[in-house]
Amino acid sequence: MAVPVIAAPSRSDGPRRQRSSGIWPALAAPGIIWLAACFVFPLYVVLCIVFGQIDPLFRTPVPVWNPLQWDPTQFTYVLTHIVGTHGVFGPPLLRTAVYVLTASALCLLIAFPVAYYVARLSGKRKGLLLALLIAPFWISYMMRMFAWVNLLQNDGIVNKVLTFGGLFNVHVDWLTGQPVVVILGLVYGYVPYMILPLYAGLDRLSQPMLEASRDLGADRFSSFWRVTLPLCRPTIVAAVLLTCLPMLGDYFTNDMLSASPKTTMVGNLINDGVQAPGQTGQAGAFVMLVFLVALLPMLYYIRVTSRGSEVST
Amino acid sequence: MRGPVTWWNDPWRPPRFLIGITAGYLAWSLLPVAIAVLYSFNDGRSRTTWQGFSFRWYWGDATLSVWHNDALHTALLQTLKLGVVTTLITVPLGVLFAIGIDRWRGRLPAGANFLMLISFVLPEVLLAVALLFVITTIALPIHLGTTAQVIGLITFQVSYPAVLVRARLATIGPQYEEAAMDLGASRLGALRRIILPMLMPAIFASTVLVFADVIDDFVLVRYLSGDAATEPVSVKIYNTARAAPTPALNALATLLLLAALTAVVVGFLVYRYMTRGDTTTKDRGIGAFAGEV
Repeated sequence: MAVPVIAAPSRSDGPRRQRSSGIWPALAAPGIIWLAACFVFPLYVVLCIVFGQIDPLFRTPVPVWNPLQWDPTQFTYVLTHIVGTHGVFGPPLLRTAVYVLTASALCLLIAFPVAYYVARLSGKRKGLLLALLIAPFWISYMMRMFAWVNLLQNDGIVNKVLTFGGLFNVHVDWLTGQPVVVILGLVYGYVPYMILPLYAGLDRLSQPMLEASRDLGADRFSSFWRVTLPLCRPTIVAAVLLTCLPMLGDYFTNDMLSASPKTTMVGNLINDGVQAPGQTGQAGAFVMLVFLVALLPMLYYIRVTSRGSEVST
Repeated sequence: MRGPVTWWNDPWRPPRFLIGITAGYLAWSLLPVAIAVLYSFNDGRSRTTWQGFSFRWYWGDATLSVWHNDALHTALLQTLKLGVVTTLITVPLGVLFAIGIDRWRGRLPAGANFLMLISFVLPEVLLAVALLFVITTIALPIHLGTTAQVIGLITFQVSYPAVLVRARLATIGPQYEEAAMDLGASRLGALRRIILPMLMPAIFASTVLVFADVIDDFVLVRYLSGDAATEPVSVKIYNTARAAPTPALNALATLLLLAALTAVVVGFLVYRYMTRGDTTTKDRGIGAFAGEV
């Protein structure tokens, strides 16, 4: 059964008459040069450092520019220390996967109902609700995390509320290596990034299609399950990827809310390695690893969004 | 009293469950920040116990308030400086890039478009580390500090105006430009007098988006900041949040919040004024403005 993916206007081709015009390349050139110099080249430098040498005296990385002379020692060092007896990097990598997946699932669980309500059922309150949904976007991420640091301190409001004004004796150290706090922090930080694309997708969901399914005898559930969900599956995938990908490189949420080796993620490995002499190559290796893991989702995201001409934040 | 079956089958019953979740979510997402803002007005040193209202941490305290403490207001100025400079360079770069890519057909522009989209979704820390490596290992005339931060931010943000402008170009379609050229306009003339005015709302929206995003940025500016003098507010918050800060940090964060909200509210009002009577952006309202295209 062929279901149209997203009811959005397909990209129209621009004016076609300009074969010989040199204007468009000239307009695009600064941007292309910029991306080549500041985006592609730095990624190549990462490769050169990962497969490069370390200065024996100063412990600084020495990049090797010729791919034929690349030395994979640092990269294999990282790879061989993931599993096995020296598997120091294994637990953080596994933890990253678990945290990111759990947090994304929780995000979706929160974001979908909220986006559904605001997009389809909120009626004349829609504008106000949308403004409130967007508000976290304009509040600095660090400030939002800092707000939770205040609340979760030992004498903070959360503990005060839990003790019911001295009724119970609750003293939880929320800010020292609690995985739950880190996961909830990730959810708190990234859920706005999921709600907005979901809202956009649900907002343009075809109403006649839903009415048709009800007219043809589907009840609430099957009309949701067999019409709404398949129609907005690309949106859901895009929204999940949009939250997963930045979470993969996140280390600051962890640092703010836990700052303990018990909750180290791959982002922390990168951050610690970059700042430690002699470990720059390892940090680079983790950067490559995250890049490789993120590559397929990124390609998939680009495909999903450019097919429906829906490239939203 | 109606039976549960009637209740279930009533198509007009209010979606109480969804209302509850939405209200709960909004409270959860906004209350902590509201509390942090509230404590920036605390009269004492505590960020958890209310000791009376004052502006002590904004300007009252002679050494520790945002106004009097060098480190704090340097951070705020650095943030605003990065925001303005980056926006001024990013938006023209991205807009020209988008127009060029949209019209120029071939492999090179397709590849550039692909790169731009990758930079849109790449985890920020990867780009930050890569740029840090470039600046620290290669002998370039650029050093860590404001210049490096601006370069990094432009690279990360340039996809914003590009994506928004391309989406708008797709909505406009080729007909206006063709009509202008049939009536005798040159290609550049049609671009300048027809397309550019029609793109203005998208360009303006991306300006506000880029500015608000840059002053919120943390990962890139932290790695590329040279010393304490070029650390913006977000880095300051990160560095001191766990080290028993005073409510002056709350005050600093509140001021940043105020800057962002002012930019967005003013931006939204201007955007609505610009798009009045425009059918293609009608009833998108604030959604269109939040980068939803």
